[in-house]
Amino acid sequence: MASGVKPRVKVPKTAAAGSAITIKTLISHKMESGQRKDKEGTVIARSIINRFTCEFNGKSVIDITLEPAISSNPYFQFDATVPEAGDFVFTWYDDDGSVYDTRKSVAIG
Amino acid sequence: MELSRRETIAFGLGAVALSVMPFRVAASADDVIAGFTGGANVTDGGVTLTAPEIAENGNTVPIAVAAPGAVAIMVIATGNPESAVVTFNFGELAASQSAATRIRLAGTQDVVAIAKMADGSFGRATSVVKVTIGGCGG
Repeated sequence: MASGVKPRVKVPKTAAAGSAITIKTLISHKMESGQRKDKEGTVIARSIINRFTCEFNGKSVIDITLEPAISSNPYFQFDATVPEAGDFVFTWYDDDGSVYDTRKSVAIG
Repeated sequence: MELSRRETIAFGLGAVALSVMPFRVAASADDVIAGFTGGANVTDGGVTLTAPEIAENGNTVPIAVAAPGAVAIMVIATGNPESAVVTFNFGELAASQSAATRIRLAGTQDVVAIAKMADGSFGRATSVVKVTIGGCGG
């Protein structure tokens, strides 16, 4: 399931040095839980994103372990401190080995 | 209504499955908690779990957790086929030890949040969520 996966991230463009900002992330992914069955009664294989990380200039902000009980199109909201100008890197790890990432720059102002 | 031998056996097996299931689910939730805490004592408090009282759709239930001073927070749904839901590990640039997401709940059940504090202690918060339509497919 590597098709149609699109990460979306909401980060303020500027922040005061040392201040806290709220980050919202969403990635389109069906998060097949491995519990559902198709019409013939066979179990649909599990296919989820199992890990999400957010880093700022190489320093960890949050590292999340996801289980099948996370809803489809996993959404996360959390707070980060911005000590200086730099880049946020967001990375999602798929069960099938795919890695999706996106980055956002934040300026001090 | 007369029961054939076949139907009688099927009923019997169904009854056994029903009586075994709740125990199995509860045990797995405890196992997951023990795996996270390493068997340490868990006290109530120190963490806030915000969850709706009634969720109409078990496929997407918004929850939020917060635990000042925590290094990690784990969320457990005791009534799900797999009770582990999510684990948040907070890094050095986390401005607050809080996060929000959306989870799946199979039915009405207890949702538990366990916070691992920096000093190695554990705190717990529990919230009952009533689910109108379960979120596990069928």
